[in-house]
Parts: sequence; structure tokens; C-alpha cells
Amino acid sequence: MSAIPVTTERLPRRHGRALGDPLFRWILIGSSALVLLILALMIGSTTIDSIPVFFSQGLWQFLTGTTWDPGFSRTEITGTYQAGVFLYGTLVTSLIAIVLALPVSVGIALFLTDLAPMRVARTLTYLVELLAAVPSVVYGLWGLHFFAPVILKPPAEAVSDAFGWIPLFAGPVISFNFFFAGVVLAIMIIPIISAIVREVFSAVPDSERFAAYAMGATRWEVMRSVVVPRSRPGIIGATMLGLGRALGETIAVALLIGGGTTINFSIFQQGESVAAKIVNTFQESTPEGIDALIALGVTLFAMTIVINVAARLIVRRIGDVSGDAVA
Amino acid sequence: MTAMTGPLQRPPLKTSGGNARRRTAFNRAMGVVLSAAVLLALIPLVLIIAVIVANGLPAMNWEFLTSTFNFSRREPGGGYLHGLVGTLYMGGLAALMSIPIGIAAAIYLTEYPRQRLAGLVRFFADVMTGVPSVFVGLFVYTLLVRQIGFGTFVGALSLAIIMLPIVVRSSEEILKLVPGELKRGSYALGARHWQTIFRVTLPTAAPGLITGAMLAVARALGETAPLVLTALAAQSVVLDFQGGGQTALPLLIFREARGAFEAGQQRAWAGALELMALVLLLTIIARTIGARSRYGR
Repeated sequence: MSAIPVTTERLPRRHGRALGDPLFRWILIGSSALVLLILALMIGSTTIDSIPVFFSQGLWQFLTGTTWDPGFSRTEITGTYQAGVFLYGTLVTSLIAIVLALPVSVGIALFLTDLAPMRVARTLTYLVELLAAVPSVVYGLWGLHFFAPVILKPPAEAVSDAFGWIPLFAGPVISFNFFFAGVVLAIMIIPIISAIVREVFSAVPDSERFAAYAMGATRWEVMRSVVVPRSRPGIIGATMLGLGRALGETIAVALLIGGGTTINFSIFQQGESVAAKIVNTFQESTPEGIDALIALGVTLFAMTIVINVAARLIVRRIGDVSGDAVA
Repeated sequence: MTAMTGPLQRPPLKTSGGNARRRTAFNRAMGVVLSAAVLLALIPLVLIIAVIVANGLPAMNWEFLTSTFNFSRREPGGGYLHGLVGTLYMGGLAALMSIPIGIAAAIYLTEYPRQRLAGLVRFFADVMTGVPSVFVGLFVYTLLVRQIGFGTFVGALSLAIIMLPIVVRSSEEILKLVPGELKRGSYALGARHWQTIFRVTLPTAAPGLITGAMLAVARALGETAPLVLTALAAQSVVLDFQGGGQTALPLLIFREARGAFEAGQQRAWAGALELMALVLLLTIIARTIGARSRYGR
């Protein structure tokens, strides 16, 4: 069903309408170009405003240092701005989210493509997609006042009691921490990862499934030795897209991670993420402090854009390949 | 492809001899594990809706819907009218900005699919959907807020930038489905390119386009982070187009969710109920329109 491009380029121009089509075409081109222009402006405008911060701190110091001490100048950078603590928080929460969300998402996708009857699969797909429609501030409110204290805290305390000798799980479990933020992030990225993985799974040609069944494989064996191995690049791409989303997620993390200025190694301790730092301190910031927050934003953007471009390249290649294979 | 997507029928395995018994048992166990994965994702959905309704309903009343903050935020009473107005105001403006441009770009992508610009726009629109929304807020701050101040317009602009790539990509998928025969029929009757687009392509794709646009609006209405940096805040209903700050439901929920006052948290729950109702209603209506039409999703 590939669309055949239909154009009227060769039609003779008639009086009075001659301007219509070229004009129309330029409007379309302009609108498309605007997408690229906005992206370019995004990179340019924020980078220009944050360059003084990167220069005064030194890029390496900015990324790895752990001191954030804003100055009060209107014209120059006088404070110390180092993003290490926030980068750590962003990475830890995103890692927790991916570790939890990936197996669940792959399980959902397998269930929906290879196990559930069509009608059930359609309803369940719809419900999982609704999960993606919930605003992140609602996730934050729900996580802060219900999910974290009521559902997550007891098991977290049990784990901390049993394995507290491992620094990663050291107690006490405080009411804002990396783990709570990570779990809520996981719930938020499950619909994103599972939607893409599902598409990748359904692009596996049925003939290959038939072949495995013909050799006597059980359903699970078909999934494990045909569907999943063939989709591995797609699963990696989907995971990266989920990771990109987790890194940039702001409000839910801001409400759950608690804030702080030191690096805690236990996942049951509080911290701060890059995105959360921006919304948490923006309103109280001095002019140079805002430039520093913009520098944080540029750092976050650079991380997500690299991950997104790589993931899109991977997923797009799958799409092309499977598109040819299925048609 | 369409006829083949359902699960395949497996002929019953002989369960005697060899390792068949162990393998079928393992197969069954994995079936349970995979079902559990789906349950694991649906439990939060049920819990979110249940908890928001349970906490939001007691705090929800006519006063909440129709009044703004009380003089003291420690006290119960008052409501989020200013948030609702700001959300709808900025959401409406953002829709006006992003939907026409997004659909125009999508028309370009489907009418000139092999142009180099089309390939670039398609790819970078996908990439743009992954840009953190807080960064979009920072961008609008550096570009405009520093010059013209906080307010409704800059807030709406940040929402529009978040919506744009979503509108482009969803509209393109829909426009691709419009049959070439219809367009060729229109050309055969002597219509120009732009006439064909307006009289044939767009009306045919309309339900699907509306679905995509509504989903994008639903996404924008729930955004908080970009508004923190562009709309800032407001204590009462703001109708100004620009300047002086604006507020929105997500902003008010965010502020009061972590406040120390019990009354504020109650309002946050009611606000979450209001926002969820708005967003889920839009989402469900959008999907219903899309599912009913032939060229929808």
C-alpha cells in the first residue's frame, strides 16, 4: 500500500489559478522547514545563553564536580556550578526505571502479539496506551501521597532490612528516594517501550513462526527462539527511546526524589535529578543561577538527543527491513 | 499482514515420551508469567484512577470549579478556576499554532515523500518528540521570556512546540492512507493540486487528523515543566494575552502537592481529578473518532 506520488506539475497553467499551486507548495515547504528551524533555534538559543557557564566552570568540572553554589551577579558567573550530583540522580533513577520496565514491556508485547486472542489484545493495548495519557504531575501526586508511602515503602523496608549491608540498599528508607522515583518512572515508560516492541514483534514474518511450530516448538519456544532473537535490535532501540524519556522526565521525579546536594549511594536515600533541579530552583534563582540551570538543560538535551538519534536510526532500519520482508 | 496478526493455532503436542511434558509445563508457566506482566502494568492504571477519584471526589464541588484561591491557602475552600482558565486558554492557543502548521508539514511529507527535506523533517520530528519538555520550556525562556516576560502566549508557544512533532507524525500516518484513486479522480476532473488537497484529501482524512490533533492537545494540557519556566504563576484568573504570568491546572497541582497544608493537598487531589477527567475524556473521544472512521487509526 505504498502511496503513489501524484502531482500536477505537468498540467498547463491556466489564467487566474497559475499562482495557486506554487504558492501552496511553498506554504507546505515553509511549514516543514519550520520543524527543522525550531530544532536548530532550540540548540542555538540555549547554547549561547549557557556558554559562559561552561567556560567559567570548565566542561569536565561542570559534569563531574559536586558543588552547586549559585552567585548573585547579573552580568557574570561568580558562583560554582557543578552538575555531578544531579547527573548521578538522573542516571540512577533512569537505570532503575529501565531495569524494571524492560522485562515487563517485553512480556506485555509478547503477550499481546503471540498469546492473547485478537480482541483481548486490542482492549489491553488500549488500556496500556491510556497509561501513557496520564499527565506526569498526576503520577507525581499519586506517587507522593499514595503509591510510594502505601505500596512501595513496606517492600523497600524489607529489602533494606535484609540486604542493608550492601551499600546500594542501605537504610533507613526515607520517604523521598531514588527507588520511588525510579519505580514511578518505570510505570511511565512501560507504555512507550511496549508499544514499539509490540510493533517490532508483529513485524516478524508469520512464516518463521509457522516453521518453528512445524518443528514441534511450543509457543514459548517460538517466542524465545524466533520472535525475540529476530527483534533484538528493535528491543534495543525501544529501550533507548524509553531511557531518553526517563532521563528527561521532570515533574514526577521532582516530586518523588526529594532534593539534596550530596551523592547518596543507597537507592533508598534522597537525591536530585537534572530536570528536577531546573524546575525546583528556577523561581528562586538569580540571573546567573538561571544561566546555570540553562546549562543543566543543555547537558540534559545533549544526552537525550544522542540517545534519541541513535535509537531512531536503529528503529528506522528495522522498520525498513521488516516493511520489505512483510510486504 | 492484517489477516495474519492473530496468534497462530498450534497443533496439540503429543505429551508422552521424551521431554514433551516438561516443555509443555514450561510453556504454560511462561504463559502465566507473560499475563502477569500485563497485569503488572494495568494495576497502576487502576490504582491511579481509583485513588484520584477516591481522594478527588470528596474535595470536588461547585466552589472548587468556580472560584480561585482563598486569601489564605492554609484554609480549605477556594478552587482552581484560574488554573482551568489558563489550561484551556494556553491549550487552545497552542492548538491554533501547532495544528495548521503540523498538518501542512504532514501534507508536504505525504505529497512529496521522496524530497530530501521530507526525509529530514520526518526524522527530526521523531527526534523532537523525545526532547525533554523541560528543555522546551528553557528554550522558550531564552528565546522570548527574557525579552517579553512571562505570560499566556509564551506558555502556549512552549506547548505548541511540544505538540508540533506529534501532530506532524500522526497526521502523516493518516494522510498516507488516503487512496491514490481518489486524488487521481479529482485531477481527472480538472482540479488543481491545492484544490485536490482541500476538497478531497483533507475531508477524507479528517476523522484521523482530528484524532491525532486531539491526542496532541491532551498531551499538552497535562504538561507542567515547560509552564514552570514560561507561564510562571498567577493567583487569579488571567485573560491577558501576554505579560504578567499565567497559571494552569498542572502548575497548581504541582505547587500544592508538596505543600505542608492539608487543605492544599485536598485541592491538589481535586485538581488532579479535574485534569485527569479533561485529558482522559479528550483521549477517549479522540480514539473513538479514529476507530470509527475508515481512514483513521
